Amino acid sequence: MNAPLRRLAVVVTAMFTALMVAATWVQFVDAGSLRADPRNSRTLYDQLGRERGPITTADGTVIAESVPKDDRYRYQRTYPEGELYSAVTGTYSVTTGPSGLERAEDGYLSGTSDKLFYRRISDLLTGTQPGGAVVETTLRDAVQKAAADGLGDQQGAVVALDPKTGDVLALYSSPGWDPNALADHDTSAAAAARKELTDADGDPLVSKATSQSYPPGSTFKLVTTAAALESGKYTADSVLDGPAELTLPQTTATLANDDDRPCGTDGRTSLADALRVSCNTAYANLGLALGQDALREQAQKFGFDKAFDIPTRVAASKFPSQDLNPPQLAQSSIGQFSVQATPMQMAMVAAAIANGGVVMQPNLVRTVRGRDLAVLDAPRPTEVGRAVSGQTASSLTAMMEGVVQSGTGRRAQIPGVSVAGKTGTAQTVPGAAPHAWFTAFAPADDPEVAVAVFVENGGNAAQEASGGSVAAPIAKSVIQAALAAQGSGSNG
Amino acid sequence: MGAYGLVGVATDGAWPEDLLGYGGGLGVLALVLHVAVRWRAPHADPLLIPVAMLLNGLGLALIHRLDVAEDTAFAERQLAWSAVGLLLATLVVVLLRDHRWLRRYTFTAMVVGLVLLVMPLVPGLGRNINGAQIWVRVGPIGFQPGELAKIVLTVFFAGYLVTARDTLSLVGPKVLGLQLPRLRDLGPLVVAWLASLGVLVLERDLGTSLLFFGLFVAMLYVATQRFSWIAIGLVLFAGGAVFAWSIFAHVQARVSAWLDPFSSAIYGKSYGGSYQLVQGLFGFAHGGLLGTGIGQGRPQIVPEAESDFILATLGEELGLTGLLAVLVVYLVLVERGLRTAVAVRDGFGKLLAGGLAFAIGLQCFVVAGGVLRVIPLTGLTMPFLAYGGSSLVANWMIVGLLLRVSDAARRPAPAVPEPEGAPVVPDEAGSAATQVVRL
Repeated sequence: MNAPLRRLAVVVTAMFTALMVAATWVQFVDAGSLRADPRNSRTLYDQLGRERGPITTADGTVIAESVPKDDRYRYQRTYPEGELYSAVTGTYSVTTGPSGLERAEDGYLSGTSDKLFYRRISDLLTGTQPGGAVVETTLRDAVQKAAADGLGDQQGAVVALDPKTGDVLALYSSPGWDPNALADHDTSAAAAARKELTDADGDPLVSKATSQSYPPGSTFKLVTTAAALESGKYTADSVLDGPAELTLPQTTATLANDDDRPCGTDGRTSLADALRVSCNTAYANLGLALGQDALREQAQKFGFDKAFDIPTRVAASKFPSQDLNPPQLAQSSIGQFSVQATPMQMAMVAAAIANGGVVMQPNLVRTVRGRDLAVLDAPRPTEVGRAVSGQTASSLTAMMEGVVQSGTGRRAQIPGVSVAGKTGTAQTVPGAAPHAWFTAFAPADDPEVAVAVFVENGGNAAQEASGGSVAAPIAKSVIQAALAAQGSGSNG
Repeated sequence: MGAYGLVGVATDGAWPEDLLGYGGGLGVLALVLHVAVRWRAPHADPLLIPVAMLLNGLGLALIHRLDVAEDTAFAERQLAWSAVGLLLATLVVVLLRDHRWLRRYTFTAMVVGLVLLVMPLVPGLGRNINGAQIWVRVGPIGFQPGELAKIVLTVFFAGYLVTARDTLSLVGPKVLGLQLPRLRDLGPLVVAWLASLGVLVLERDLGTSLLFFGLFVAMLYVATQRFSWIAIGLVLFAGGAVFAWSIFAHVQARVSAWLDPFSSAIYGKSYGGSYQLVQGLFGFAHGGLLGTGIGQGRPQIVPEAESDFILATLGEELGLTGLLAVLVVYLVLVERGLRTAVAVRDGFGKLLAGGLAFAIGLQCFVVAGGVLRVIPLTGLTMPFLAYGGSSLVANWMIVGLLLRVSDAARRPAPAVPEPEGAPVVPDEAGSAATQVVRL
């Protein structure tokens, strides 16, 4: 009976070999996809139970960190600055997962990024609890605070960029919200807080700076002007027709200037003056002359019609893609009809002009460092493309300086600093107060900061609001804070 | 002994003080068994006790770790059962001076085995737990007679086959080169087949029926050396399986959960879905190569993590490395048992040791295969490792029997010292080990 017994031994060995192969398959080969299965709560617990890396500003202020807590998750994510940076950090919820930068940089923060592989191995061997990397943002405390203080209790958004690098210096959406409430480990409390915010006035959870787009109004005239200069048929001195009221072709509808008066002398105005006083009729005529393709192409060169990541997602701004009839085209060339822009996009327009025509990729992350402070990632400034030629950019700059010196943007003047800007007062739905916009950069000769300020429905001034009266002062204080910060600290 | 000590050290972190006392007590009991073996069975295989003890201790550690997570007290009960098992194994070694005594009770064993099998069906005695009618409760103690039936029926098979092997293997028509047995000799096979199907049908216990059937076919093959039995067995098994699959919803559920566990329809079913299997797989995946370390994982997510799914706990906390190591340990145990069967001189002993060893091996395969999605999930417990008093006691008794048989096998022949047989086991274990390295 020994021969069959030996065969039986072989069979048993074969069975165990099959088990070993299966175990290897499940635990090694297929493990990745099993871990990634959304039904695998262990992965979530794991991430929550790991000491997540902090998020800081460029000045070293901690805006998100994990503190030890005696519960099943072991660490509680806290946001020391609360609402101030909520549009950037997002939150780290145990029920809905991470959002904002917490989500975009999750790999580094949680320590699961492949770049941390060797560190994980060494953690494993040395028995230390693996921790996430430190994400240092490009934000500057003073600029962010100036943005928040400037908006106050008004709904809106402020974006400040370093035009040369694309570094985001401030990113604020008002009303803010408290990420701490949503990161509560008590899921019912977190859910209640979330519901409260979802139902709250002003939609705080949706970033007005990056996730929502609005009619940009006259700030879009920068794009129209750029298209005109780029076409080679216009210069700053070209003369346009700017009557008090323009009867739109093919309709009886009219398009008027804000003050219902003709621009310039007897309705003739130079391009530079039209921008300076934000002459709607002149720009409508200009847009009709340029044609929709030139406008659309110019808008896209500045970044319209494309969503992008900074690394958090920025929604696409839109220039209407349908075939526009002349009234629609006339409306579009002054940033109305269905042109939509995020405050981030309008800051990029100003920044591109400031940067000699080159659009830089906006970027929130300055460095990512491991626990040993070794730099794991330091995004380099990236060019997205050229929006306008250097000549067009300097011509636009001079025209925008005129806006602040003697045009609609006088409230943004800063003693000793030449500011270049453009106002916008955007009509929304009939009866609602207009949005107040201001986009600018300074100093005009060697730009260090570009901003876009958006005050929804005119904020406290409501129907009386205009970009020049409501948004420009906010932009001024943000620029001042940025210049002070850029002067004091190195940034990059 | 050393192995158990190692487990104690390894789990020291999670081991409260009072349990150290228990552990010491268990160590003492193991020592008692060891001494009994030295005294009554001096030539017994020296590997069996440490290997079983290692698995038992590791199981205790894992169960205790789950207790900590879930605030249960399974480990203490498991500890008590371990003590009972060790005592019974000692008794087997001390009282049963010669395994051949068991042969006298061949038909008694058959009756006892069948009685044990049907016990859970007796109204008032049987208990239905999780849809399987495999429990018997007498007063406060519940146990699964099926586990004991495993031993008793192996004894019966061994005894019966030793007697009947010649008729079974030599007589009968040849068809297509297969030596077919005579119809009347087919009787026992059919009975076994019907019994295992009966268990399946009436007690809804897939695992046990699979185990009995496989065990019986294997023993038949060993006894008769006729491949035809395996062929017949496989045909019968396939027929039975298809029949069961077409008739019983719970069998269908198991099969579909095995084939497509990740489909949300099957995953989400409140009963008979693949939730447990998938969560178990998640546990394995979470462990990865090296595991999370004892107490660092979240094995309690898986239902029945301490019994049917203890392997998922092991895989999660000790990783692929630990799982493969434990599988190798099982393989060593099984192969030592088979080696004993090869070495022992009498036919009954060969069949008994071979059957018992194969039973452990097959049980491991059925459980681990189910948990790792090699075969549909059936629901047996991992020998020694998983929580379950009946299983633990039964397996310790198997160790006792194997000790006894191995003593007989390794005892130097009274007259001429016979040369050692071909060293099957080292080869097997060696090749398994190399495979592990290659994996």
